Amino acid sequence: MHEMGIVMQIIKIAVASIPDDLKNAQIKKVNLKVGKLSAVVPESLHFCFQIAAQDTPLSDAELNIEEIPLKVRCKDCNVEWIAYEPVFLCRKCNGKSVEMLTGRELDITSIEVVDKDN
Amino acid sequence: MLEIIYKNQRYYHHKDPQKPHHSHNDGGGSVSGKNTDTSLLGEANAKTKEIKIVRKVLDVNDTIAQQNRELFREKGVFVINVMSSPGSGKTAILVKTLSHITPKIRCAVIVGDVCTSNDADRLAGFGAPVVQVNTDAFGGDCHLAAHVIKTAANNFNLDEIDLLIVENIGNLVCPAEFDMGENLRIVVLSVTEGEDKPLKYPLMFRVCDAALLNKIDLLPHLDYDREAAVQNILKVNPQMPVFEISAKTQEGFDTWIEWLRQKIHG
Repeated sequence: MHEMGIVMQIIKIAVASIPDDLKNAQIKKVNLKVGKLSAVVPESLHFCFQIAAQDTPLSDAELNIEEIPLKVRCKDCNVEWIAYEPVFLCRKCNGKSVEMLTGRELDITSIEVVDKDN
Repeated sequence: MLEIIYKNQRYYHHKDPQKPHHSHNDGGGSVSGKNTDTSLLGEANAKTKEIKIVRKVLDVNDTIAQQNRELFREKGVFVINVMSSPGSGKTAILVKTLSHITPKIRCAVIVGDVCTSNDADRLAGFGAPVVQVNTDAFGGDCHLAAHVIKTAANNFNLDEIDLLIVENIGNLVCPAEFDMGENLRIVVLSVTEGEDKPLKYPLMFRVCDAALLNKIDLLPHLDYDREAAVQNILKVNPQMPVFEISAKTQEGFDTWIEWLRQKIHG
């Protein structure tokens, strides 16, 4: 629901990350990691990105989203598994102390630029 | 808690074996030889560089949330963030909660809505200053973010407040993602909603510290499976306290208020 705000932030971070010596470079790709349990929908991010990137250095950039599975671990018996449902009870010992290892990401990892000057 | 989860999950691109790596070597060598992006073939003197960033998209929010947390700790203000879908009874619960705990616990309220000051009007008159935040002015109309709380908190003399209650925008999705610097997160579910809401909106029920199951006075009139609702909450968050209450009759309030008092007094 707040994907447009998220996309604006992504664009801001990406533009601020262009090194000074590459200010004329074209950004081809923005690499993003989105966890399964984050409150954003990748399709909506793509849609908003198309609109928000217009008239920015990212106007020709592709938003590359890698979805990260929800990986959890039982603190009692140490078993780890990928959860496909939001159930945080240990599948082995029925323990209640299950922690998330991955799945909450909303991270921009890199941008890829085409450097035409060098 | 959330901070710890976030920190543990910081992702570092260099450690990901599944991601093909692009050249980081931008100096010397054959230009065409370095170019691995096939879409660029034919473009003379062009090559792709990957620039590492590794930043949480919401780190601006998280930084302000941390500043808020430090300010509130310094001022001795305990902060709770109350979240739910629209119409589950947040405002009614807060009105009744305030009537139990004020003036002994000195309270202030920040109430968020997309539009209108109706909720602030309902909350006024309980001896607690109320600030209404309407979110349409800053483009994020689905949640309250840390900078909003920072600005809104300027309206209070924090030295004279023990408890700051934030009534978030009615929404079970977005507010779960935004830390505001609060000490406790409370999610409200009402028995007029589906029993499976915790499974449909797991992040919200996962990040909260307690759940209030409201409107239980209506149970005789509904085909609501109360046990199933509680079990669904506990699937997502097995150790979460669940308080079954009615803001209308105040059934269950003694337990909820006692739990809240204990949390505030730490």
